Amino acid sequence: MKYKSQKVAYWFFALCMLLFSLQIVYGFIMGFARIGMDGLHEWIPFNTARAVHTNLLVIWLLTGFMGAAYYIIPEEAQRELVSVKWAYIQLISLAIVGVLAITGYHFNIWEGRKFLEIPRELDYLVVANVLLFLGIILTTLFKGKRQTTTALVLTMGLVFAALLYLPGMIWFDSQVTDSFFRWWVVHLWVEGVWELIMGGILAFLLIKLTGVDREVIEKWLYVIVGLTFLSGVLGTGHHYYYIGVNKIWLVVGGIFSALEPLAFLAMALFAVYMYRKGEKNHPNKIALFWTIGAAIVSFIGAGLLGFAHTLPQTNLYTHGTLVTAMHAHYAFWGAYAMIVLAIISYVMPNITGRKRYDHINGHLAFWLSNIGMLGMVVAMGVAGVVQVYLERRLGMDFMVAQEEVKIHFVVMLINASLFTTGIGLYIYEFIKYGRPTDEALEEELDEEQVLVN
Amino acid sequence: MLSKSQARAFFFGGTAVTFLIFIGLTIYSLAPGNDQTNHELITDQVVKGKHLWEANNCMGCHSILGEGGYYAPELTKVVERRGAPLIKAILQSPVPWAPNGRKMVAYEMSEEEAEALVAYFNWIGGIDLNGFEKIVSPLAKDKK
Repeated sequence: MKYKSQKVAYWFFALCMLLFSLQIVYGFIMGFARIGMDGLHEWIPFNTARAVHTNLLVIWLLTGFMGAAYYIIPEEAQRELVSVKWAYIQLISLAIVGVLAITGYHFNIWEGRKFLEIPRELDYLVVANVLLFLGIILTTLFKGKRQTTTALVLTMGLVFAALLYLPGMIWFDSQVTDSFFRWWVVHLWVEGVWELIMGGILAFLLIKLTGVDREVIEKWLYVIVGLTFLSGVLGTGHHYYYIGVNKIWLVVGGIFSALEPLAFLAMALFAVYMYRKGEKNHPNKIALFWTIGAAIVSFIGAGLLGFAHTLPQTNLYTHGTLVTAMHAHYAFWGAYAMIVLAIISYVMPNITGRKRYDHINGHLAFWLSNIGMLGMVVAMGVAGVVQVYLERRLGMDFMVAQEEVKIHFVVMLINASLFTTGIGLYIYEFIKYGRPTDEALEEELDEEQVLVN
Repeated sequence: MLSKSQARAFFFGGTAVTFLIFIGLTIYSLAPGNDQTNHELITDQVVKGKHLWEANNCMGCHSILGEGGYYAPELTKVVERRGAPLIKAILQSPVPWAPNGRKMVAYEMSEEEAEALVAYFNWIGGIDLNGFEKIVSPLAKDKK
């Protein structure tokens, strides 16, 4: 740690861990409901569990991105954050908005729009919170000694993410128009600007972990995020195939979303190549695993599994089935959850001063969670394909087909237990690190020297 | 070999061009001449139905136009499939509707609210979905 204010990141990451744990709990509630064990229905019906599960995901990932920005920006701009006090206020207000939203979902207070369930009244608080966050980040960058490409890409991602939240706040009488602009938020976040954030964090980690020249890494970062927008923006069309808008999206969405895996492939190749090219041997092996893992799994989850059902001819049958849930789980895990876990793994030794770089629990956490998630995705994938065949080819009733795929959710729950064990170990290690300390400021020098040796 | 400034130009140039095309296509596809939704049939009752749809997060379990929770049936064209009386009875029921054991929340809606949701489903049922309306599960059954 080079700057005292970077310690703020710790509390964002701690909130991440808490929200992630809760997300998993609600995931289990949904999984058990799918196999007929819905004893909590009276208090937590499926739609509540689902809204909480997906919203917690969004909130903990955003919290992680914010924490990452609070750690990365001072180091990139070579100065302290302009205000630590306001950063804490921002964190507390973010937690309050999250708690209010999630509590409301248990009392039928929501907007009922997939992924954007937060009621409009709370949307304004979200906007105020994000503006405060961006104010701190942008002012720090502006007053900094240097403006790097890594910081620029990360900040652009965060600014665009904030701007793109706005179309989701507009009311439309038509369900079709509503859905159209809802995807401006959801798709352009997940398959657009969030990739900028991911790219920024990935570039920062690669610079730190591999020792490859910043200029080389940042040059390729531009190419990757360029590919992301080139394919991802018009790729939004794959959500418009069958929701009641013009057929032109079948062509545009089909072509450009088929190109989307290229950006993820480039990211995976980039990470692996930089790792192999790097001559410096950073001791933080756990962070390295999560970093390279994020680049590879995001290619498989977001790139390949997305491609599997993105062409209009395939999507005609898979639209609105568990195939989407399968793709979403592996894409979010690889692209965003893993990169947040990577930056946390990198940051924790630096801000606590405890150089627990290469420990068995860390490796177990990585492998158990990854194997567990892969198992869950395979189970959901099989359930999805069976559902498509039974419902859309054989014309079976929805609930009859659901009975047939029940067994795959039992398999999913077994794998989810493995995943949870891995995440449990990760959180245990996080807690074991302890709190950040000013003493860690001195130790950054040692880390730089380790890198050179 | 690609320089950093060329890479930067690729990023900013590509982003600007694709965003402009995207905005252009949005305007084109939402133009009244390209409407596939019978927009003029969106009455106050349909809007009320949409409010109820959102206020109760029906999308958290069901799906509409292929979007939702995949836990309960797709409701595009549900009125044609199940008929308005059954739908209204389910919405007004004081006990959870539980086909095949999977429970729905008992919403105990009023007659007026149930009518509004049926109007909303009726409007949805008339949308041209580029062929999806013929594939989505319950309709595949109707084809036979």
